[in-house]
Amino acid sequence: MKRAAYKVLSPTAILGYGFPERSFRKGVEKKPDLIAVDAGSTDPGPHYLGVGKSFTSRSAVKRDLEMMLEGAIGLSLPCIIGTAGGSGAREHVAWTESIIREIAKERGYSFRMAVIYADVSKRDIVSAMRKGKVYPLPPAPEITPDEVSKSVRVVAQMGAEPVIDALEQGCQVILCGRCYDPIPFAAPAILKGYDPGLALHMGKILECAAIAATPGSGADCIMGTLFDDCFELESLNDQRQFTCISTAAHTLYEKTDPYHLPGPGGSLDLKGTRFEPLEGGRVRVTGSAFVPADPYTVKLEGVKPAGFRTISIAGIRDPILIGRLDSVLETIRQQTKEATGFDGSILFHVYGKNAVMGEMEPEREGQPREVGLVMEVIGDTQRSANDACSYARSTLLHFGYPGRISTAGNLALLYSPSDIPCGKVYVFNIYHLMEVDDPRALFPMKIYEVKP
Amino acid sequence: MNTVPITDLAAVVRSKNAGPYELTLDIMFRDERDYRFLKEMNFFTGALFAGLYGIPESKIITVVYFDAAFAVKCTIVRPTVSGAPGDTDIYGAQQHAPLLNLRVPLRKA
Repeated sequence: MKRAAYKVLSPTAILGYGFPERSFRKGVEKKPDLIAVDAGSTDPGPHYLGVGKSFTSRSAVKRDLEMMLEGAIGLSLPCIIGTAGGSGAREHVAWTESIIREIAKERGYSFRMAVIYADVSKRDIVSAMRKGKVYPLPPAPEITPDEVSKSVRVVAQMGAEPVIDALEQGCQVILCGRCYDPIPFAAPAILKGYDPGLALHMGKILECAAIAATPGSGADCIMGTLFDDCFELESLNDQRQFTCISTAAHTLYEKTDPYHLPGPGGSLDLKGTRFEPLEGGRVRVTGSAFVPADPYTVKLEGVKPAGFRTISIAGIRDPILIGRLDSVLETIRQQTKEATGFDGSILFHVYGKNAVMGEMEPEREGQPREVGLVMEVIGDTQRSANDACSYARSTLLHFGYPGRISTAGNLALLYSPSDIPCGKVYVFNIYHLMEVDDPRALFPMKIYEVKP
Repeated sequence: MNTVPITDLAAVVRSKNAGPYELTLDIMFRDERDYRFLKEMNFFTGALFAGLYGIPESKIITVVYFDAAFAVKCTIVRPTVSGAPGDTDIYGAQQHAPLLNLRVPLRKA
């Protein structure tokens, strides 16, 4: 039986990045079957999972959700949010849930809402490790139970199954913790029996919204339309279009290997994928296949604390100092450690001289006219980091290096106060696959009747 | 053989994280014929990328051609895990510059 077209409206690349109201209204006029958005990424680094906070602002997330809920309630559509709050742990989900409830109250909306959690207990991970069911995603290293115990938060990327359960229980708004990025866009179509390979590949593109169009944008709306044997993409802003190249280029984006995209319970095989231009700046995609994996695995993401950071920022314009900066900074590092007994890290980032690429920088000739210096200190406590940063900064400011003729001060300090305490530092320490018997078991769901 | 700067032929040259442990480099060509010519001579190898970045070939995870985007992609092990102390590019978005200096053989018109 031939299924009707299934239309999915993707408003923005990340919930809170914003989108033009006009593009969104145009999408709503086309009568979509679903409004979905991805709210997360590991790209902003380990800090946000560590502290349980979002990398987007509350007011921006609220503004995007107001428009999305208005569209979904008005047309009686499902609205699915993936990786709530940026990292998808319990705190991130609660933060997003409070925004949704606030909007429902202010606007008088009623709906059934599923909240699906993705936190994994360290005990469950260690128990799976002992059965040989946890393995690193290379180049992430092997870990020990001791390393797992250092994590402050661990989340798993859910697949389609928990979201399908929520849909089957009649939920209109589905708020997911950590989620494989395409799932919010693909799960309802998979439930309706569409090809999971096409549904997931379409979701893979929709989760980045107009980034895959040309000119690209992380803050504009697109529509994906799924059929039995293909899907089609269109921009909802006349200033952008999809081309075969822009679509194919996006398939490469942030991926290790464009032909093989692993996810929960299987992988997307894009070896047979074809891109075909259509009139009106649209593209048709065919041939993408889902290959189920046995056993079913989910990806774990965890972070552990790595101390406290303090930084100080200054410029240096004196060519005599710039000429011997490497040895001066090494002396400052040693003097600071000796004088304060500090045993943490003291890092100097010299912008203008290999700060961006470090050891991989191929162009090392010549002396820059000026450099920017970020002094970075990481200690066991905020106080030890503050103390060592203060000592390093004041010592460098007045350091009498050989050949010095500028005797008043070595640094153009950018701010008063010159030192900035940055709080806790986190590092990724779990980036592993875990085998699961039941793809739903790790992802508990709560269902609420939300009323104003 | 005549060579030209890669910037004469490429529409996109970029770098980005592929997860927190990997860095991926993409070069996309404007003209399919330039792409096919360089692909057929297998110009882009692990050794070439390793040389440009001063890293051992063991840090090259994959070099793969992608016909649909006239693209070649190289993924390497990140020198520092994203966001860990000492990392200098959290998103990995500014590690492409060495590719811009590359000169590539020019096909006969």
